[in-house]
Amino acid sequence: MSSSFDVVVVGAGPGGIAAATVAAETGKRVCLLDANPSIGGQIWRGLSSKTTRDNRHAGQFAIWSARLANSGCTVRYGVEVIDAPAPGRLRSESADGGDEVAFEHLILATGARERFLPFPGWTLPGVTGVGGLQALVKSGLDIADKRIVVAGSGPLLLAAAAALKDAGASVEAIVEQTPLAALVRFSLAALAHPYKLIEGADYRRRTLSASYRIGWWVTRANGQDRVESVTLINGRKEQTLACDWLACAYHLVPNLELPRLLGCSIRAGYVAVDFLQQSSVPGLWCVGELTGIGGMEKALVDGQIAGFAAAGNLAQARALARQRRKWASFAASLDRAFTPRPELRALPSAETIVCRCEDVTHRDLATRRNWREAKLHSRCGMGSCQGRICGAAAEFLYGWDAASARPPIFPAKISTLQAATRSAAVPVQQAKLHPEPDATSSGI
Amino acid sequence: MNQRQIPVAINGRQMLVNEGTSVAAAVTMAGEPCRYSLHGKPRAALCGMGVCMECRMTINGVPHRRACQLLCAPGMEVVTE
Repeated sequence: MSSSFDVVVVGAGPGGIAAATVAAETGKRVCLLDANPSIGGQIWRGLSSKTTRDNRHAGQFAIWSARLANSGCTVRYGVEVIDAPAPGRLRSESADGGDEVAFEHLILATGARERFLPFPGWTLPGVTGVGGLQALVKSGLDIADKRIVVAGSGPLLLAAAAALKDAGASVEAIVEQTPLAALVRFSLAALAHPYKLIEGADYRRRTLSASYRIGWWVTRANGQDRVESVTLINGRKEQTLACDWLACAYHLVPNLELPRLLGCSIRAGYVAVDFLQQSSVPGLWCVGELTGIGGMEKALVDGQIAGFAAAGNLAQARALARQRRKWASFAASLDRAFTPRPELRALPSAETIVCRCEDVTHRDLATRRNWREAKLHSRCGMGSCQGRICGAAAEFLYGWDAASARPPIFPAKISTLQAATRSAAVPVQQAKLHPEPDATSSGI
Repeated sequence: MNQRQIPVAINGRQMLVNEGTSVAAAVTMAGEPCRYSLHGKPRAALCGMGVCMECRMTINGVPHRRACQLLCAPGMEVVTE
C-alpha cells in the first residue's frame, strides 16, 4: 500500500493530531501514522475505546478527534515507523507487513517516554512506570483495591495517582524526590499558568488520603517473584511500605530516535527548532515533547504551528507565537524542577540490573569509560529495546552520551527490511534556526 | 460499565476480558509474567507504551509482539515467553 502525501505526521497524540488536522483543513493531502491501536497518544489513551474512566482530558479529545475525522486526513494505526530509507520516504511495519510512505513535508510528534532509574528490585513484576501503570489501567488492567505507591518525579505523579484512585486503587503514598524548595520555586513560576496549578491542586485534592512525601525517594523494591513492599528514604529517615504495585519513574525524556535518524540537530536533550517548529532539516518539523516536555497544551500549540507552517499558512502559524513562548517556558520550568537528585546515582548495588534486555548489571558498567565501550563489552543497550530504557539511565548514572539511531529503529521482520526502497546515503543539509519571528528570515 | 466480554487463551487457559483490553493488561490480570529474563527471572510490563519491550510474547503464533500495543480479539491465543 505504498502511497504519497503532501504532509506525513508521525505520532497521533495531541501534537500530531493538531498538526495533521490543521494541515488537512488547509487542503493538503495528509497522512497521520501511529504505532498504537487507536489515536490519542498517551494522554488520550483509551478514550476512543472508552476503557478508561479518566475524563479530565475527554473534552479536548472529543474536539480534536472530531476535527481530525472531518479534515480528510488519512489515519493509519498500528504502524511503527522503522526507517527512512531514502529522502522523502519512511519505511514502516504493521500487522499487514512492511510498507512505505512518501512525503513532501514531515512532522514528527513521537512524544516522550518515562525516565527509569535503576534501584534494587526495579525488575520485579509489579514495578512499573508511573505513566506506565496508568497506561495499563487505561488499557483495561483492573487495580481495584490494590495498594499502590506512586514514586519518582514530575507532575505525572499527582495526575497518575488521581487516575489510579479513580480506578479503585488504594494509593498508599505519593513519593516526589525533588526537594521542597525546588517544588515551591516551580509553583511560583507556574503562577504564569494558573490553569496548570489548579489542575495540580485538583489532582492533590482527589488523592488527599495518600501522603504526599516531598523530598523522599525509593531506595529498593522488595519481594520474591513480585513486589511486596517498597523502602523509601528522605536522607535521614527510612521507611518500608507494603504494596501490590510500585509505579516509579523520573519525569520524561523525548523519543528522539526518529529525529536523530533523519539528521535533526539536538540541543540540550531536545530537537532544536525555530519559531515555526521547523528543525535543522528543512521541511521537517518537530512538535510537542520532542522540543520540550510540556504536556498536552504545549503539544496542541506546537502541532498547530507546524501544521500551518507545513501547509504554507505562515500567518496563522505566526499568530500562535505568544502561546508557543508561554508553553516553552513552562516546559523549561518543569525540567528545572524535576531534575533527578544526585543521591539517586548511589541507588544501584553491584548486582542491580541496569540493562533489562541483556541482564547487564551496574558492576558490569561502572568501570566502563563510555556508552560505546559498555556496548562492546557487555551488550548493554543492544537488546530489543535498543537502549531506550537503559540509555537514559546510563546518561544519568555514568554521564555517558547514550544517543543512538540506527535503522531499523524498532525491531522488524527481515521481509520488511528486504523490501525497502533504499538509496545511497545523502548528507542532510542543515538550516540555520531562527528562534523568533523578528529574526532575519522565516527559515522556510 | 456494561462492556462486551471477549474470550482469549493465555498460555492455554481461557479467560474473558472487557472489549478494549490490551493483551498486556489481560496477561497481568491472569497473574502471568510476560517473559523470563536471560537469568530466568520473571519480568512484566514496565513502560506500558511500547518502548521497553518487556511485554513481548507470542500472539496468534507471531513471536516478539508487544502485548501492550495490541488489543485482545476474540479467540486470540497468547503464549508468554
